[in-house]
Amino acid sequence: MMKTNNVILETATKVIVFIILLFSVYMFFAGHYEPGGGFIGGLMASGAIVLLLIAYDIKTVTTILPFDFKKVTAVGLLFAAGTAAGGLLFDKPMLTHWFTYVNPPLLGKMSLHTAVLFDIGVFLVVVGVTMTIIQTIGESE
Amino acid sequence: MIEITYEFIVGLFIVVGGLLTLAATVGAIRFPDVYTRNHAISKSTTLGVTMILVGTLLYFFLFEEHFNSRLVLAIMFILMTAPISGHLIGRAAYNSGVKLAERTVTDELERDRKKGKQANSL
Repeated sequence: MMKTNNVILETATKVIVFIILLFSVYMFFAGHYEPGGGFIGGLMASGAIVLLLIAYDIKTVTTILPFDFKKVTAVGLLFAAGTAAGGLLFDKPMLTHWFTYVNPPLLGKMSLHTAVLFDIGVFLVVVGVTMTIIQTIGESE
Repeated sequence: MIEITYEFIVGLFIVVGGLLTLAATVGAIRFPDVYTRNHAISKSTTLGVTMILVGTLLYFFLFEEHFNSRLVLAIMFILMTAPISGHLIGRAAYNSGVKLAERTVTDELERDRKKGKQANSL
């Protein structure tokens, strides 16, 4: 079968994927003070990858993003478990979080919180699980 | 006075956007085939939703002094994606053999495809 001519979709995808990824990162970092967080950010990031999968084929996407998404899930769980165990090292109950204010140059007063590390874990688990489900269903004949 | 002008501009954007979206639904009911309906919906709702979003952006900027960059992003995103989805739906309909309306005069895509098939077979 001849390959269908998908110039409009492919060209638009090249621009739109970056907007979606940017918005997913925004959503991830907005999670503490505004609606957002690791779950919705991870779903949006995997939505961007699914758009790539629709516009191109599965082999092209695995060359663009050469990740084993099962390992991404594992790394995410490791982040979450590590943050949970972090409190134990400082003689506190498990899952104790801690924050501080720092004053880096240019950025001004920032509050850094260990809950972000836990959220990174959630983000990676959501991306890994979603992409594993979609890629295994897409590959099976 | 300036307050009333702002209110008028914001209200105009939102009401015109709502009317354009309503025009799209009327078009979806009244038009004869997939392609004309697709034409009505993809153009009219794109502009309608964009105008409603511009009205919202102006409202929060003028009255709450809050510039919501997510709305700018949403406007850009809708202007980029809605016509492409319209194009893809129309193409999928044509490729799966949906008939054109009876009052259609000419079908140049079918003519060109026949030419292409002849050129390939030679």
